[in-house]
Amino acid sequence: MGEKEVRQGTLALMVLKTLESMGTLHGYGIARRIEQISGDLLSVNYGTLYPALLKLEQEGYIASEWGVSENNRRAKYYRLTRAGKKQVERETQDWHETTAILARFLAPEESQ
Amino acid sequence: MKTVRAAVSRISGMFARDRRDSELQAELESHVQMHVDDYLRSGMSPQEARRQALLKLGSVEKVTEAYREQRGLPFLETLAQDLRFAFRSMRKNAGFTCIALLTLALGIGANTALFSVVNGVLLNPLPYPDSEHLAILFSQSKNFEQGQSVSYPNYLDWERQNKSFTWMAAFRDDDWNQTGQSEAERLHGYMVSSGFFSTLGVVPVIGRTILPDEDRIGGAPVVMIGQGLWQRKFGSSPNILRKTMILNGVGYTIVGVVPASFHLYSGDNTEIYVPIGQWNDPTFLNRRVGMGMRVLARLKPGVGLEQARSDMDGIARNLAAAYPESNSGSGVSVMRLKDDMVRGIGSTLFVLLGAVGFVLLIACTNVANLLLARSTGRTREFAVRSALGASQSRLVRQLLTESALLGLIGGGIGLIIAAEGTKPLIAALPHALPRSREIGVDSRVLLFTFSVSIAAGILFGLVPAFKAWRTNLQESLKEGGRGSSGTRHRAQNAFVILEMAVALVLLVGSGLMIRSLVRLLGVNPGFDAHNVLTFNVTMPPAFMSDAQHIRTALRQVRDAVRNTAGVQAASLIAGSLPMNGDSELPFWLQGQPKPANDSEMNWALFYLAEPGYRQAMGTPLLRGRFITDADTEKSTPVVVIDEFLANKFFPNGDAIGKRLNLGILELQPEIVGIVGHVKHWGLDTDSQNKIQAQVYFPLVQVPDKFLPLLTSGVGVVLRSRNEPMSLLPSIRHSISQINSEHVIYGSQTLEEIVSDSLADRRFAMVLLGVFAGLALLLSSIGIYGVISYLVGQRIQEIGTRMALGAQRRDVMQLILGRGVLLAAIGVCVGALLAVALTRQMRSMIYGVSAADPVTFLGVSLLLMLVAVAACYVPARRAMRVDPMMALRYE
Repeated sequence: MGEKEVRQGTLALMVLKTLESMGTLHGYGIARRIEQISGDLLSVNYGTLYPALLKLEQEGYIASEWGVSENNRRAKYYRLTRAGKKQVERETQDWHETTAILARFLAPEESQ
Repeated sequence: MKTVRAAVSRISGMFARDRRDSELQAELESHVQMHVDDYLRSGMSPQEARRQALLKLGSVEKVTEAYREQRGLPFLETLAQDLRFAFRSMRKNAGFTCIALLTLALGIGANTALFSVVNGVLLNPLPYPDSEHLAILFSQSKNFEQGQSVSYPNYLDWERQNKSFTWMAAFRDDDWNQTGQSEAERLHGYMVSSGFFSTLGVVPVIGRTILPDEDRIGGAPVVMIGQGLWQRKFGSSPNILRKTMILNGVGYTIVGVVPASFHLYSGDNTEIYVPIGQWNDPTFLNRRVGMGMRVLARLKPGVGLEQARSDMDGIARNLAAAYPESNSGSGVSVMRLKDDMVRGIGSTLFVLLGAVGFVLLIACTNVANLLLARSTGRTREFAVRSALGASQSRLVRQLLTESALLGLIGGGIGLIIAAEGTKPLIAALPHALPRSREIGVDSRVLLFTFSVSIAAGILFGLVPAFKAWRTNLQESLKEGGRGSSGTRHRAQNAFVILEMAVALVLLVGSGLMIRSLVRLLGVNPGFDAHNVLTFNVTMPPAFMSDAQHIRTALRQVRDAVRNTAGVQAASLIAGSLPMNGDSELPFWLQGQPKPANDSEMNWALFYLAEPGYRQAMGTPLLRGRFITDADTEKSTPVVVIDEFLANKFFPNGDAIGKRLNLGILELQPEIVGIVGHVKHWGLDTDSQNKIQAQVYFPLVQVPDKFLPLLTSGVGVVLRSRNEPMSLLPSIRHSISQINSEHVIYGSQTLEEIVSDSLADRRFAMVLLGVFAGLALLLSSIGIYGVISYLVGQRIQEIGTRMALGAQRRDVMQLILGRGVLLAAIGVCVGALLAVALTRQMRSMIYGVSAADPVTFLGVSLLLMLVAVAACYVPARRAMRVDPMMALRYE
């Protein structure tokens, strides 16, 4: 299989970003969305998704409530809170910085 | 903010678990359903869609588990789980639990008890405000290296001239006859200077302390009384102030009540405090005489002991220049009050604390051994659990939780044993400990017990836990699972050897103490203490008006005692009494130049005695004669000396007929006899004291001007035909015939006095003996357990051997041999350890070497015997093995 598992620590940001762009969404939807965005290169492990959702909720970045899906199924919907919106900005910023630094390390020798 | 919020949410996550679990189940279910819907839409068959969805989701259990861990506080939840499990398994193995708990309770209890003693006596500050600033001051000279009582004039100069102390106060013990209220009663108390309570920081319950204006000759007679006396005699009435109390025939106005919690050196019986400055006795006011007075002082803030010492040294030099006869060569010793109170007890207590620590070590080893044996039965349990997904660290954590719980419960029981057991123990051994009133369980003791319990739990839990860590899963799951029995045996053997070794150390320690005490009791004190009684008598002031009256009163008392049926010999005494009280006089030989000052003088213990004294005490007469009835106040003054004085000052054996100059008394009595030396300073330490010479002076020849000093109480010593205490009622009766206000107090047999002089040694011996006994018991249980276990493990082997023709004797030998080997190795290791450790006890032992071969051999034999006896029981069981039964199991 060519699918990779989501790297530790990045799942939370992906969840937040997904909620930021999609608004309210249930767990399954979040997982599917992350997989789609990644071009099906990533596979979300549900054993980590639900604890991660719980952790974000405990930290106050997302909130949840039960609702009904388009197929008339009961599901728990998550949405971003105000603190969550700020957190997305912060995390995005951090991530850009980190990847930029990492890119320099990984860049070929002569380009330095 | 974020962490607080998360924490709150996680703690609340620990509750309402079921509701939250079902919510997660619903969420996961809807997740699967949506997944299935998607698959259906893409054209899968319903069964296949559901199968794929479940595959994608993975183990619901695993998700739930991970979710739960995020939800609550896994550490606490696991702990609660482990504790529940531990309690369950403890209940299930009631026998094991009881033995382990009892062992631990004994070990921890003994440690707690001893620590509460160390804590109360050595660690806690004295019960006065800022007590670390309190100091005690003595006079010091080459004859009195340990310090000597202070003369009143010197004290007054110290107080006036010092720059190091905010307060300085003098005090001395005395007794008073209280009359005029119901029955005449003897009250013990202190004469104190006005600053006494301010120095100590003690505030009266009601009323006030003594004023400086009352602390001088001619001041108003006032008294402070103890709270105990206030309750006993006056029903705690607040109207007590300004009432009058008759002490020694003089009316004193009560001005204050001292709190019951207050105590200084002496125990609980101090009930009277009168101003010391009112005492106008010429001897007391003599700069050359100490009269048992001590000086307390409170250091100024920021002034250290060294600074105070050099300050006092300067004052001592000034006084030596001003009063050369009394003060030349005399210094001041300044030490912390607490250090003086607990003088000499520290090393003993620390040795005992070490010993009791060893007992705990044995207890822990025993429990570790039990756990190890039990873990055999649990190997499969653990294997199964780890096969079901428990991590190794999780298993170790659970084992440690179990053992820590054992430790804590054992410690709890131990604490109860200690709290209940310490008081009667201390009460049974009076005089052995200073500050014994302050011993009890406080927060520091609780903390100690808690830490020791946890530490002990982890210590003995580590070994089985370590084993669980290394357990091979595959091996254990196989039938039989004997995989690691080799390491277990090695560990058990090592434990037994350790226990034996430590037990031997304790046995050697207590053996040395017992041998010392036996040696000491065999030491000839220079008198015969058997059937000798001593007590004090005081008489009402009417009998003491002048010298003539005093002499008559004394004679009446002596005759009353002497004529009581059952009394063989009796004498009034004053001055010194062996091992009980000391009084010294300077002297020089007639015909030699008088030494320039008291420090250059020779000093002798002096005993005021009567003709019956020698017979009453059983002191041997070596030459000449003892005091006789022919020596009266009108005849030539005579003195009897001891052999030490005779040998040292009259090496040619010509002492008799020579004269001594007795300083202070200002007499030149003739030496008429020589008696044996008495071990005045104690059976063990007599020779360490500088003052060895002893003189006996006839009580009747004491000059008139010193007679009033006898009014505060004269002693009686008598020899009886039978048990001496039984005579006391009839003596009381005879003396009350003279006058109903005569009071007898402080009665003691001489044997009690000798025994009390060894109280601290006996205390150490009894405790070490108890610890050694515990160690012996625990270690024999230990070796019994291991050998029993061994027999159980080898039962098939033994059966095989017997089937092949081994005799019962061979089997016995096999098993016993194993036990004896272990015990012997333990004894050898222990002997080496003991040689190293008993050196710490040198100050506690007497007359035997710290490496005394008799003790070492004796206790080694004892330990071996007990070990063999402990192994004999399982060995017999092995001998009785039925070969057929054993073989059938194969």
